[in-house]
Amino acid sequence: MLIWKSLFSKPDAVLALAILCAIVLAGLLAPVAYPDGPWRMVARPLLAPFADMRHPLGTDALGRDLLASLMFGARTSLAIGLVSTCVATVFGASIGAVAGFFGGRVDSALMRSTEMFQTVPSFALAILLIAIYTPSTFSIMIAISVVSWPPVARLARAEFLSMRRREFVQAALLSGQSNLRVAWSQIFPNILSPLTVMAALMVSMAILFESALSFVGLGDPKVVSWGYLISAGRGVMSQSWWLTFLPGFAIMLTIVSISILGDAIGDSQDPHFERRESK
Amino acid sequence: MLKTVVSEIAKRIVVIVFVITGTFLLVRAAPGDPASFIAGEAASGDPEYIDYLRQQMGLDRSLPVQLGYYFRNLASLDFGQSYREGRPVFDMIAERLPNTLILAGAAFILALVMGTTAGFVAAVHRGRWIDRCISIGSVLFFSSPYYWVALLAILLFSGKLGWLPSHGTQTIGAGYTGIAAILDYLHHLVMPAMASALFTMAIYARLVRASMIDTANALFVKAAHARGMAPSRLWFRHVLRTSLLPITTMAGVQAGQLVAGTILTETVFAWPGIGRLMYDALGSRDYNVVIGVFIVTSVIVILANLLVDILYRFVDPRTRAA
Repeated sequence: MLIWKSLFSKPDAVLALAILCAIVLAGLLAPVAYPDGPWRMVARPLLAPFADMRHPLGTDALGRDLLASLMFGARTSLAIGLVSTCVATVFGASIGAVAGFFGGRVDSALMRSTEMFQTVPSFALAILLIAIYTPSTFSIMIAISVVSWPPVARLARAEFLSMRRREFVQAALLSGQSNLRVAWSQIFPNILSPLTVMAALMVSMAILFESALSFVGLGDPKVVSWGYLISAGRGVMSQSWWLTFLPGFAIMLTIVSISILGDAIGDSQDPHFERRESK
Repeated sequence: MLKTVVSEIAKRIVVIVFVITGTFLLVRAAPGDPASFIAGEAASGDPEYIDYLRQQMGLDRSLPVQLGYYFRNLASLDFGQSYREGRPVFDMIAERLPNTLILAGAAFILALVMGTTAGFVAAVHRGRWIDRCISIGSVLFFSSPYYWVALLAILLFSGKLGWLPSHGTQTIGAGYTGIAAILDYLHHLVMPAMASALFTMAIYARLVRASMIDTANALFVKAAHARGMAPSRLWFRHVLRTSLLPITTMAGVQAGQLVAGTILTETVFAWPGIGRLMYDALGSRDYNVVIGVFIVTSVIVILANLLVDILYRFVDPRTRAA
């Protein structure tokens, strides 16, 4: 496929893809590599990295293996990032599609409410939602979806609005196809590529969000997350800086890789790309 | 002009009413009854006490009546009592709000000035090493959790180098007064403000660079270049000025988010603002405080956006005519 070809022509995109695959793999293999889970005390506390190769990244203040925690943390971050992005994208795209397709009053009512959600500071809203409905993976996913769907709705609306007037859409409608069918089979495929690029950005925002929530103590207490590890390492930061450094580095690596990939996919689907580059 | 300003203000009032109603319904829909929760905090399972509390809090009335009470209380700046400190929530917020506004304001100015400068330098030296460094730097800052960068900064600047204080707003026990006290405060402000600014700064830098490169390719710039205009004049007067509009829009959105974003930096630096207040309240499940901070933050964000929208109309002559 064209996308893959153009991806593999860029060394930074290939590197980003490799890093991301490694992180996904680490998350998938976590229960295999550490069947006892990340919470078990396995060695003496605050073991430095590379001091004991059975625990390559050392241990935290309670003697738990940092590599195990990081691998299980990858699961949490990726799962929350992907699920909340899917929920927000489906919800936002549906709202935007209805608004853009029907226009008029429906459009202005839906867009007014979207605007409302956009004006409220998203981090504060997410904190409020989770604080009220006790922290759990589920409530975190819902809270992140609630604060991240408005931009998708705006994008989908704008695309549907302009597509609605195009001849091929009008023709499909005149030929007697139902609204839903036209929206799904004629318009939707055309907005898939901007949606994908936006979704990539949303996954990284969701991962940052989740880590920030865990950092302020609103993570799911049952699972390890990178944000939680950063806040847990804080207390012993002056002796064992790597306990704070490594989880944050993992977040950074993930987000940088996702945004490089997102940019590369966006460029590869942009027909003006060649022209833009030569400017 | 006046008409649009009035309608903008009216729109924001609707949003504020919506936010407050939403918050109220959210809290009421939450599992558990606030009265039994407070009773539980007071270690009392006495049904009579719970009934008394319900009556006190108006929980025995219908939902619309309760909502009416809620609005009346908020209108008289009554955000309820803090369960933990037994003080009015509004007083606690009012005490700490100046610190948050100073922090957010400083972060905003830093982000705007440094972000624009970085974007400008990158655009002028497009494709050279300095452009690469700025681009890589902005990607890194954009991708890092800034509370993490803040922690690393503490490690370096307070721990290793000892240049900057790691927490609070003043040197405890120093007893500075006058100018010395202000300098001490600013000294404490440096790291929190920088940390809060990083993310926004990265966004501005990318935006300014992209916008300037677009403008630099416009015909009027090429024409000016062909007429032999000095590069400095060309870049500053023609390219930069035209490119600043999208930044104004973005600045409005970001100014509000910065206030909310201080929750993280205030937590890291023990900066006594409303963000830190919210963090402490979360730990002790002091919900009235959490809700109070949320409402105040939202109102500030909405007002900041309003201000920018109105300013925008003055800055951009095209929107003025519309």
